[in-house]
Amino acid sequence: MASQTMTMPRVYEERGLLAWLTTVDHKRIGILYILGAGFFALIGGLEALLIRTQLAAPNNQVLVGEAYNQVLTMHGTTMIFLVVMPVLAGLGNYVIPLMIGARDMAYPRLNAFGVWMFLLGGLFLNLSFLLGGAPDAGWFGYAPLTAKTFSRGTGIDFWILGLQLLGISSITSSINFVSTILLLRAPGLSLNRLPLFAWTTLVTAFLILFAMPSISAALFLLFLDRHLGTHFFNPAAGGDPLLWQHLFWFFGHPEVYIMILPAMGIVSEILPVFSRKPLFGYTAVAYSSVAIGFIGFTVWAHHMFAVGLPDVVNAFFAAASMLVAVPTAIKVFNWIATIWGGAVRYQTPFLFAAAFVALFVIGGLSGLFLAAVPVDWQVTDTYFVVAHFHYTLFGGSMFAIVAGIYYWFPKITGRFLDERLGRWHFALQFIGFNLTFFPMHFLGLAGMPRRIYTYAPGLGWEVLNLLATVGAFILALGFVVFFVNVVRSLAVGVPAPADPWDGHTLEWLTSSPPPPYNFAHIPVVHSRRPVWDLKYTGNPHPRPVVEITEGNDQIKEDKGEKAPEEPIHLPAPSIWPLVIAAGLTLFALGLVTHWIFIPFGVLLFALGIARWATQPLFPEAPGGH
Amino acid sequence: MAQNSGEARGWARRWAGGFWILGIWLTGCAAQSPSILAPVSPKGRAEAELFWFILLITAGVFVLVETLLLYAVFRFRARDPRAIPPQIHGNNALEISWTTATAVGLAVIFAMTWRTMAATSTPPADALPVKVIGHQWWWEFQYPTLGITTANELVIPVGRPIRASVTSADVIHSFWVPQLGGKMDAIPGRENAVWLQSDVEGVFYGQCAELCGISHANMRLRVRAVSEAEFQRWVEAQRAPAAQPVEPLAQQGYQVFMSKACVGCHAIAGTPAQGRVGPDLTHFGSRTTIAAGLLENTPENLARWLDNPPAVKPGALMPRLGLTPEEIQALVAYLLSLK
Repeated sequence: MASQTMTMPRVYEERGLLAWLTTVDHKRIGILYILGAGFFALIGGLEALLIRTQLAAPNNQVLVGEAYNQVLTMHGTTMIFLVVMPVLAGLGNYVIPLMIGARDMAYPRLNAFGVWMFLLGGLFLNLSFLLGGAPDAGWFGYAPLTAKTFSRGTGIDFWILGLQLLGISSITSSINFVSTILLLRAPGLSLNRLPLFAWTTLVTAFLILFAMPSISAALFLLFLDRHLGTHFFNPAAGGDPLLWQHLFWFFGHPEVYIMILPAMGIVSEILPVFSRKPLFGYTAVAYSSVAIGFIGFTVWAHHMFAVGLPDVVNAFFAAASMLVAVPTAIKVFNWIATIWGGAVRYQTPFLFAAAFVALFVIGGLSGLFLAAVPVDWQVTDTYFVVAHFHYTLFGGSMFAIVAGIYYWFPKITGRFLDERLGRWHFALQFIGFNLTFFPMHFLGLAGMPRRIYTYAPGLGWEVLNLLATVGAFILALGFVVFFVNVVRSLAVGVPAPADPWDGHTLEWLTSSPPPPYNFAHIPVVHSRRPVWDLKYTGNPHPRPVVEITEGNDQIKEDKGEKAPEEPIHLPAPSIWPLVIAAGLTLFALGLVTHWIFIPFGVLLFALGIARWATQPLFPEAPGGH
Repeated sequence: MAQNSGEARGWARRWAGGFWILGIWLTGCAAQSPSILAPVSPKGRAEAELFWFILLITAGVFVLVETLLLYAVFRFRARDPRAIPPQIHGNNALEISWTTATAVGLAVIFAMTWRTMAATSTPPADALPVKVIGHQWWWEFQYPTLGITTANELVIPVGRPIRASVTSADVIHSFWVPQLGGKMDAIPGRENAVWLQSDVEGVFYGQCAELCGISHANMRLRVRAVSEAEFQRWVEAQRAPAAQPVEPLAQQGYQVFMSKACVGCHAIAGTPAQGRVGPDLTHFGSRTTIAAGLLENTPENLARWLDNPPAVKPGALMPRLGLTPEEIQALVAYLLSLK
């Protein structure tokens, strides 16, 4: 009997709202993450435009004082927790099970819970705008500005509980990534053959698991300070504001690597494919990711060089921060060596990935100035830092994310994004980005602090600020083109085959979009580039690419491999992950606004847990297993 | 000391300035900016020289890496989309080379960093002590050895090192006058020492560098570096009790001050006003700016401030007192008479 006939179609193959609300399919969950991040990116982007409009000229009155601080705080919080992290989680969710030859993530219902917790946590945070004012103490929320004495409104409480909800989401998705990547790899896919995007996502998941508890604890203590009269961060009663900074940055700096490592993984996938070469120095690139992960936990106090720590402490963190540049430089050189000698195709994913390398180098080099303590004393908390981290997080993470979306869009939707619009998008984003953020280096050197909503004329800051604002609008135009491209391509884009880019890794072995079960046969892996080798190994001379079709049975027969016949186990859809997430969100809302929400939240939570625990993972045990 | 390391790095500064656009930009803008690259103190100069040194190295790396990248991208563009280039997986010699080169470069930067830190992190022992206290949203300056308290304008003698002990009365602020050297956070419950100095006379702009609430942007300050003789005259004047109002309007202003809410928050030495919540006003008339450096100290601006402080500085803790125009005019006359 052919295996195909044993495939159990999933219930969620149905269309409609309920199918999406109950989905446990990693691909649909991935899409939900990406769409949610896109929605929040729109909000965070509009906030950025408001900020740049206010700063376009001295003494502007567009967004003043309190309102500016709210938008500033929400811009940072949104872009970090609601855009970059979830879109990377979304791409990882969609791609990594395919890449490693798995049928789904290790814990499908936990996976669904993660995405609902992210979406509801993000809405909860933004609800603060409508319910008495958004948080306004910066994404880093330094005590004692966040104490009840100085921040009486509920904005800080929305921030504390919103981040806790999002932290729960991140931790569950990280547990899932660790289990999936370590346990569900296809036969033959040793760690030594693991695609780099999976490698970096694995390291990132560990970073989240070790870093997130630090901020969760800090937020919990802050909540106690604000509402139960404790004094953890209150110096007048023996507490210490610096305790907050240590706890926050012990999370906050690994967080930077949480946002950049998967982006580096994406670029490490794209550059080889579009250069038609293997990744240069695979082992060095993989191990350098692990090294960045470890060193990333020893650099946090470089955010605190100006708080008056002893010289020796500052020197230690300076040295560790500089040390991180070594594995980073190794990656950059290996990326360039990957392109070197290749047969480079200038398609949109490659353009963004190459631009990532060019821009990330600038962000990395400007970071050295911040690691050098005496220079940091001058440029910390200035626009030099704003320039630096936007070169790493926008020029870095965001360019790689966009590259990844152009790269995997055909796999996800079955259609290409338009190349011509893609080039316009690239040109606008590249020019707009540099025009926005390069002048900020000079602004910082010229003495302009961060987070000020206005400035006086005559300090030499006017022209550079105006340039940055013009750049921000060009950048925004680039994203409008991107949006048009996505919508248009979904409708009338060129249909994509299973392997549209002549790819290397397993996701290109199955159809575009893949069937719910991903692979009819779990492929057997013999190398780091299984799909490339299927097409080219044993052929020293170029030959046409094998057209790969759904199910890939043809190739299996070509290679004389036969997957064991087995029924495909797929878990049943479940509404309970969403119910639990909704319960937690209502509970948080009750803590901040009115107690009446608390019992409803607890009820939903308890109901969800009970039903989840008693619902069988598989609706009926197929084949007597 | 700073001077020695400064000479060692002078060459770096000249070379770096030669090949980057920053040099061009600086000549145009530095004159008007509180630029960290136009330092007037030993600490600021050492920091700027370290900056130029790192720029020299990073600019070299930048040119090298971006050239290699652009060369690779353009040189190896595929002419035949089916072409398969040689499948090279790596090269250990190359890996070891660029890892070692990066590590050596970073070690050099770290060594220079350590040298500069050692030379600048501690104020000289003979420095004049000044206490800097950040408030939402203004700066208090105390000269403990001279018995002077003032606000938002720090007067220092040229060429003499100052030991600023920085702290805060409420949330975290950061004290920063770029041309005088790097910033130091003002943290409640802690005192952080930082070395200030100016080797030239002049007025140097600074402002709070840590988000501290609504009017973070409006928490500005100026350091006035004056000759030793002028500093002595200033000290004498500041130590004197407040001037008695002589003009009738100013005398009327004195009555308004002492009978309205003003007296609850502000101190004027030699009068019943001893509040410590707001800035000390004993020699208010001698300051060049008001409202934490937001406005020039003119009668018009002062009247505007007294009429509605939060309209000038959002969130200002000094409320709108509901003063009549006559009361405001009288207060202006009195306050400006406090030279």
